[in-house]
Amino acid sequence: MAEVIWNKKDLLGLEYLTQEEIELILNTADSFKEVTSREIKKVPALRGKTVVNLFYEPSTRTRVSFELAAKRLSADVINIAAETSSVKKGETLIDTGKNIEALKADIIVMRHNYSGAAMMLARHLNISVVNAGDGWHEHPTQALLDMFTLKEKLGKLEGIRVSIIGDIAHSRVARSNIWGLTKLGAKVTVCAPRMLIPPGIEEMGAAVTTDIDVALRDADAVNVLRMQFERDQNSAFPQQMEYFMKYGITEERLAKAKKNLIVMHPGPINRGIEMSSEVADCPQSVILEQVTNGIAVRMAVLFLVSQAREGKNEAAN
Amino acid sequence: MKLLIKNGRVVDPANNLDEPRDILVENGKINRIAKVINNGADKTIDAAGKIVLPGLVDMHVHLRQPGREDKETIASGTKAALKGGVTTLLAMANTSPAIDSVENIRMLKDIIAETAVNNVLICAAITEARSGKELTQIAKLRKESIVAISDDGASVDSTELMYKAMRKARENKIPVICHCEDKLLSGGGVMNLGSISTRLGLKGISPESEYKRVQRDISLAEKAKCRVHICHVSCAETVEIIAKAKKKGVKVTCETAPHYFSLCEEALLEYDTNKKMNPPLRSRKDLEAIKEGLAKGVIDAIASDHAPHTISDKDIEFDRAEFGVIGLETELAAAITYLVLPRVLSWAELAKKMSWNPARILGIDKGTLTPGRDADLIIVDPEKSWLVKKEDFVSKSKNSAFIGVDLKGVVETTILDGKIAYKQEIKD
Repeated sequence: MAEVIWNKKDLLGLEYLTQEEIELILNTADSFKEVTSREIKKVPALRGKTVVNLFYEPSTRTRVSFELAAKRLSADVINIAAETSSVKKGETLIDTGKNIEALKADIIVMRHNYSGAAMMLARHLNISVVNAGDGWHEHPTQALLDMFTLKEKLGKLEGIRVSIIGDIAHSRVARSNIWGLTKLGAKVTVCAPRMLIPPGIEEMGAAVTTDIDVALRDADAVNVLRMQFERDQNSAFPQQMEYFMKYGITEERLAKAKKNLIVMHPGPINRGIEMSSEVADCPQSVILEQVTNGIAVRMAVLFLVSQAREGKNEAAN
Repeated sequence: MKLLIKNGRVVDPANNLDEPRDILVENGKINRIAKVINNGADKTIDAAGKIVLPGLVDMHVHLRQPGREDKETIASGTKAALKGGVTTLLAMANTSPAIDSVENIRMLKDIIAETAVNNVLICAAITEARSGKELTQIAKLRKESIVAISDDGASVDSTELMYKAMRKARENKIPVICHCEDKLLSGGGVMNLGSISTRLGLKGISPESEYKRVQRDISLAEKAKCRVHICHVSCAETVEIIAKAKKKGVKVTCETAPHYFSLCEEALLEYDTNKKMNPPLRSRKDLEAIKEGLAKGVIDAIASDHAPHTISDKDIEFDRAEFGVIGLETELAAAITYLVLPRVLSWAELAKKMSWNPARILGIDKGTLTPGRDADLIIVDPEKSWLVKKEDFVSKSKNSAFIGVDLKGVVETTILDGKIAYKQEIKD
C-alpha cells in the first residue's frame, strides 16, 4: 500500500474523507491508544501548540475527551463555552473565529448547534478547524471512535453489519457513521419509526427498516442513539414508553440476535428509553470502551490536522 | 434628438418581428422600424452582430427602500437594473414601513421621483403591514396608480381574506400577485426537502408547502373571477397545476426566476448562503420541469426576485442567514446562457417572458418596440462571456447565486425614453 499523506487542515466530516484517510486516522489512533495506557500519559507531539475548544452547545463528554486528548499531546488548551444567545446579541461566528486565530491558536475544536457551521468557519480561517458536532450534520470524531472500537472488537470493518437505531433524522452521529462505515466496506442499516427517518437517507449508502427485529437479525453491532425527547415536543414524536416498547434494546431482543452482537451508544444513555439498564451493563456493551477510545482517536485527529498545517507552512516558505 | 440604431437583429414578439432592422428613435419614442433607415440622426449606433430587444420589464424586485437602505436604495437598485437591461420594474411592498397606505405610496413616489433612474412601478400590500390580518384600502390605493397588490415575502394565510382581496382586485382591475407558501408546511425549513437536505442535516421545505397554496389561490381566483399571478414558481407540481388551470380558462399567469432554471439543490452542498432563497432551489427534476414550463408557455414571465442582503445577513450560519439573492444584473445573461443558447427558448420567446408578457400582466404600455411607444430598448452582445464577480455589482448588496460563474450575453447599451441610460464600460 502506498503511503497515505494527510494534507487536510480541517476535519469537517467523514463525507469529505477518503477510505485511506479514515484508515490513517484509525491507525494513528492505534499508536496513541498505547500512550493513554502508560503510567505517564503524555507525548510532546503538540508541545507549544494551542487548542481552543469552542462549544456553542453544552457538552461534557466530547469536550472533556478533546481536552484530555490535547493535553496528552502536550498542547495548551482553552475552553470557551459560547452561549448561542450571546452570539445572537453580537459577535458573529466568523469574527469569533478570527479573534481566536489572532490569539495565535492553532486548532479550533468546535461544537455548534447549526449544521454547516464548522465548514463555514474553516473556509474563513487559516488555522485548523475540527468539527466536534454541527447541528444534525456530522460528528466525525464520534463515528471514528465508534469505528475504532468496532475494528478493535471484530478485527475488521469490511463486510461487517452495523445497525443504527434511533432518531436518525436529527442525528449527526448517524450521518457520520454511515459515511465512515460504508467507505470502509461495512454494511449499515438504519432503523427508526418512519417519521424519524429522513428522506433519501438510502442515497448515503444505508439500508432502511422500521422493524427493530430486522435491524437486529444479522447485525454484528448495534449503535443505539440517544433519544432526545427534549428536542422535539411536536405530536409526530413518539411517546417515551411507546418508543421503548417498539425500539428499545432489551435482553429479550438481544437473545434473538447474534450471540456476540456488540452494543454501542454515543452517550449519555437514557436508561429504560433506548435501551434497558441490563443491556447497557451487559458484557456485550462496549459503551465505556468507546469513551476510552475517544481520547486516542481525538489525539490522532489533532495530531494529523496540525501536521497538515505544518507541511503547508513549510511549502509556503 | 434623433437616435438611429442600425443593423441590429431586432426582436419584438408583440409585432412578430425577428429580423435585421434599423430603428429610429425620436423625442423619446420609437419613431420607425425599417430594413434600412438613412435619416439624418443626431447619433447613430451600429448594432451589427447584436440583438436589439425591448427593455426588460422585471415584475419582481425588492428595492428595500424605505427601511433597509443599507441593503439597497431606489437609486442603487435602479442603477443596477439599467446595467442588467431592466428599464421598468415592479417594486415589492415588503419595505419598512410596508407599502400599505396612500401616505406610504406617496412617500415612495417622492423617493422614486427624486432618485430612480428607470421606471419604477408600485405594488401595494394586500394586507396592512403585510400581517395577513386586515385588508388594505385597495380602491384608494388603486387611485395612486399602483399596478398590482401582493404581500410578497408572505402568503395570506386566511382563505377568506384572500378571497376578499381578489374580489377587490377584480373590481379595481389589477392582478393579485401571490407568494404561495403554507408556513405550517414550510416553517423552519431552509432548503428543499430531500436527500440533499438529509445529507446536510438541514431542515427541508417541501414542494407541498408551495403547490398546495398555489392550488388554493387558483381556486379562489376562479371563484372570484380575478386575475392572479403566481410568483417565483420553483417546482414541477406548481407548473402542472398552473398548466391545468390555464387549460380550464382560469385567469392565471406566473413567473419563475433565473436561479430556478439554472441551479438545483445540489448547489447547496457547501452551505453557500448565496444559494439560499425562498422558495428554495429544488431538485434536478424540478429544474427540468421549470425549463419545460417555460418552453411550453405555461410559465409566462421571468423575473429576478432581486432580494439584496448585507454581508452580515448572509455571511453567518446557514440556518440564520436571510433568504434571497440579487438578480437584476444577471437575469438576462442567465436566461441567455441557460435558455436561449441551449435552445430552450428562442430570442422572441425570451423577449416575451422578460418584456412583453410582464408588461401585459401589469397592464402597462411597455415591453414592445411598436412605433409610438416609449423608446426603452437594449442592445445585447449575445455570445460574449463574462465572469460574475462580487466586486463588479452595482447593487449595494453582492449576494448573487452566480458569483464565479461564466455567463454569456452582455447588455452593451440600455436606452431609456430614447436616451442612452447605460453603456457598458470596455475594460482592457
